[in-house]
Amino acid sequence: MSLTNEHIKNRLVEKFGEALTNFEESHGMMSFHAPKEINLKVLQFLYDEEDLQFRFMSDLCGVHYPDNAGAELAVVYHLHNMVQNVRLRFKVFTAVATPQIFTATQLFATANWQERETYDFYGIEFVGHPNLRRILNVDEMDYFPMRKEFPLEDQTRVDKDDEMFGRGGSVGI
Amino acid sequence: MSDQQHIQLPEGSIEKQTNTLNLGPTHPATHGVFQNILELDGERIVSATPTVGYIHRAFEKIAERRPYYQITPLTDRLNYCSAPINNIGWHLTVEKLLGIKTPKRVDYLRVILMELARITDHLICNSVIGVDSGAFTGFLYVMQYRELVYEIYEEVCGSRLTTNIGRFGGFERNFNETAFRKIQKFLDEYPAVLKEFENLFTRNRIFMERTQGVGAISAERALNYGFTGPNLRATGVDYDVRVATPYSSYEDFEFSIPVGTTGDTYDRFLVRNAEQWQSLSIIKQAMDKLKDLPSDVYHADVPAYYLPDKEDVYTKMEALIYHFKIVMGETDILPGELYNAVEGANGELGFYLISDGGRSPYRLHFRRPCFIYYQAYPEMVKGAMLSDAIICMSSLNLIAGELDA
Repeated sequence: MSLTNEHIKNRLVEKFGEALTNFEESHGMMSFHAPKEINLKVLQFLYDEEDLQFRFMSDLCGVHYPDNAGAELAVVYHLHNMVQNVRLRFKVFTAVATPQIFTATQLFATANWQERETYDFYGIEFVGHPNLRRILNVDEMDYFPMRKEFPLEDQTRVDKDDEMFGRGGSVGI
Repeated sequence: MSDQQHIQLPEGSIEKQTNTLNLGPTHPATHGVFQNILELDGERIVSATPTVGYIHRAFEKIAERRPYYQITPLTDRLNYCSAPINNIGWHLTVEKLLGIKTPKRVDYLRVILMELARITDHLICNSVIGVDSGAFTGFLYVMQYRELVYEIYEEVCGSRLTTNIGRFGGFERNFNETAFRKIQKFLDEYPAVLKEFENLFTRNRIFMERTQGVGAISAERALNYGFTGPNLRATGVDYDVRVATPYSSYEDFEFSIPVGTTGDTYDRFLVRNAEQWQSLSIIKQAMDKLKDLPSDVYHADVPAYYLPDKEDVYTKMEALIYHFKIVMGETDILPGELYNAVEGANGELGFYLISDGGRSPYRLHFRRPCFIYYQAYPEMVKGAMLSDAIICMSSLNLIAGELDA
């Protein structure tokens, strides 16, 4: 019996009810949003259930949506059921003012450095993480460089106008 | 109690039973800029603390500013021992987003390049294990055959190490006769070399003693740590992206996935060697399949994304428009979100791409296999000898470029 996205969705809705939203399927992969309070419950449920068995974490990363007021930062989990070869993705949102999200390190050892990387670049604080320090940037850095408010180029440059060729007609990002 | 037994020693003197050793960041045995702070009890490792990020170049941030086609050179610099796999992986990701279907011939040509890249990557890794265990011969011997592969890249795309090979939809130019001749030459010569290399190492008593049981990890821990690629397969898990979710027509090829049993350095070595044989067989099959296909097809018919011929640009209005739009990064990119993985030489290389329809990705995240499995290193070398730690590190196939992004 192969595991279908429909079945996963039904099992999740059965368990968590209305809490999970934005179920989508694009390029064959199912994705949904979960409230940040239950991110570990969702991970554990997907891990434990005999018919789901999402026991491999492929990837964990952050995304910044500055226009999404009250839920600016997102953590994206990519899980993989290797037996049935099914992948899924879910996102957890948090406000930039309170960037605390429970850590997944207890369940997946691989989350350790990936969460550190996410913290390093987006400033998402993983509650309960054993060693939440910067990993790729220098320790002395006092900002989170992958956030959208930091453009790649100097905002004061006037010799290079991207109006015709860039995003939103602005200089920089 | 006499006073003698209560001598106040300054902190850090002989009171401390362990020694601290900075292995790296520029130690010749670390093959890249990694620092490991080792706590040693005699010659045994009590704990290891890896520090990474010495050559972090903010690729994910840069990618948010560049048009899609300019991101390919960034991927070169991830795992620079097998750059074509990264390039093609990125192209496949964008093609998936845009819904571009590539012709079979393009798929097979890509497979040839990716398997050549896998062979070079594995041969470097395996011969370096030899170097680190004191056997330099293998390394010197196989290095000239990497050169043959680099000459093939050169023939196909003009560069050798950071290849920037191909375009969205295919290749910028067709493979010429020389390229095929060089591939054939490699196919003819390399098996004997690999055999010789295996003769040098595989049943070499000293090499076996040095590598067996060193840096072992169980399948369960490896999966929990997110291992992929040869390092995972050495523990006995037969997960390979090429088979699990075939891309670039890998489903047309017959090959097996070599697995190990113990997950130690020796098994990783054996798995990589066995994979090279499989790669050779895949390239042979691809060469045979190419004979039945029209030899002038080398890209998909997607004028909006694939640069037109220079001659057409000068003579045809439409070609000029497309040329301009592509070069300026003004082609329409569909909004969407996807995760696409390819089997890199050291594991699952994933691209998580969010496009908002703009000229550059809204977010691009590279799932770099090195970065993910290197965190298991302290656990793997705990209790081992210092020299084992070095050999274990080289057998993990760590590439600083990929580790630090």
